[in-house]
Amino acid sequence: MKKHRLERNEKLTRLVLLLIAFSAVSVLAVITIFIFAEGTPIMFRYGVKKFLLGLDWYPTEKSFGLLPMITGSMMVTLGALVLGVPFGLACAIFLTEFSSKRLRQLVKPVIELLAGIPSVVYGFMGVVLLVPFIRETLGGPGLSVLAASIILGIMILPTIISISIDSLLAVPSTYRDGSIAMGATRWQTVRMVLLPAARSGIIASIILGMGRAIGETMAVIMIAGNAIALPNSILAPVRTLTSNIALEMGYASGEHREALFATGVILFIIIMILNTVASISSARRVKRK
Amino acid sequence: MNPPRYAVRVLIGVFSVLATLMLSACWRRGAQKELTVAGSTSIQPFADRWAEVYMTKYPGKVVNVQGGGSSAGIQAARSGAADIGTSSRELKPEERDLTEIVVARDGLAVIVHPSSLVSDLTIAQVQQIFAGKIRNWSELGGRDKLITVVTREEGSGTRGAFQEMVMGKVRIYKGAIVEDSNGTVREIVAGDPDSIGYISLGLVNEAVKALKLDGVIPTDENILEKRYRLVRPFLFVTNGPASGEAKNFIDFVLSEEGQDLIKKEGLIPAQ
Repeated sequence: MKKHRLERNEKLTRLVLLLIAFSAVSVLAVITIFIFAEGTPIMFRYGVKKFLLGLDWYPTEKSFGLLPMITGSMMVTLGALVLGVPFGLACAIFLTEFSSKRLRQLVKPVIELLAGIPSVVYGFMGVVLLVPFIRETLGGPGLSVLAASIILGIMILPTIISISIDSLLAVPSTYRDGSIAMGATRWQTVRMVLLPAARSGIIASIILGMGRAIGETMAVIMIAGNAIALPNSILAPVRTLTSNIALEMGYASGEHREALFATGVILFIIIMILNTVASISSARRVKRK
Repeated sequence: MNPPRYAVRVLIGVFSVLATLMLSACWRRGAQKELTVAGSTSIQPFADRWAEVYMTKYPGKVVNVQGGGSSAGIQAARSGAADIGTSSRELKPEERDLTEIVVARDGLAVIVHPSSLVSDLTIAQVQQIFAGKIRNWSELGGRDKLITVVTREEGSGTRGAFQEMVMGKVRIYKGAIVEDSNGTVREIVAGDPDSIGYISLGLVNEAVKALKLDGVIPTDENILEKRYRLVRPFLFVTNGPASGEAKNFIDFVLSEEGQDLIKKEGLIPAQ
């Protein structure tokens, strides 16, 4: 009798948990379906090519070229990586290979705390400190690709550093010891043994950082200037895909609103590609172990 | 036989959720007197002020003011999501079926950094600047510096009014910096000595300099006497003639008391 009841309870628990699990997945499904249902019709109505390669964004005049924003997202993200990856990687290498364990245990949580600062604070710091500095020293309006790249470069540091540290620490210590025993210096060991061994983890960290940079909105709106022209230098203002949506959604109606959903579709596809690449590269890491 | 304990908990949980839902449904029904005013972010601070005084004057009445933008406000008035929609631009031809009431007028100021050598432009010059045809302040008697043009985002009521009154059919230059509120435009112009932007006259402060246009300083007096040209209406929009609570509120807004209130806040009365 009692056993019977326990079995029934077990089944009930399973059902409840299943429902909860599916509700999480279904939220994702609903979002995906909604964005595509709202965004794709207008793309096919005006031609996908016009959306992807058009240079003019005048949504109230029915001209929906997103190329400046796609380029903007790419430039800003690339800039963030150019600045963030060397610093992040150097920091990770120093903390795993050249510093004491105590220092690492002190510094790593502090770096991870960086990730907890709200992006609006980064944006505010950018507007107050970085933008006037760029304007006065390098010229231009200050609100620029460069300003956005620097702020995003700082924002992706915690992602890159903490995942790179984990993957460097995951390299078996026999590799390290073997290399040192054969007479290699610390730096030679890092360069020729550890970095290649931790390569896929490091790549995954870079791709995750890239995802963060491309998806960031608030800080970028505040410091990138949001102009709809193709930027002709790193000192020119630029608009990204995410800021395009956030800037205009409050006022958009009709086809303008649909065009913002289309912007979302393009962003969604770009991020899906990045995530797929990230999961493939981290899957390879597991296999190698 | 007692049912297992966790089943009791699940039941209690389900009941409390249901009870909350039912309570909130009752709450909604009870709050039917609530009046929703939604739309233009330029009008929002003034509508807030009206609502505040209106609610102290008539205890028990609730006016709920929301932003969202002019286009959203007009849409909300049409769909019934708001009793009154607010718009800081004129209605488009396809929106003319709604009822509009001018509740105030607002000047649009073209602003520059206080240190700028330029303080008087013609409207044609302003148009050339925003079209990207005049690129350097030296062409206008200023320093030899590139002009940083700051505009509002597409769809904004303030941009719509500026486009209509200054630009006409000419597009705003693509390289212009785009900001999404009057406040951020003012912030950027206050920080950059070579910039130019436009904001609601009521929001001009000592951090920026409002330009004379065609020789006319933007003041309340010049607007009332129609010497200053960049003036836009602040509209309340309703789906069909206003009635009931909405009408009471609009009557209050148009009353001497209501109009005096916004005068103190820097707006121009409707009449």
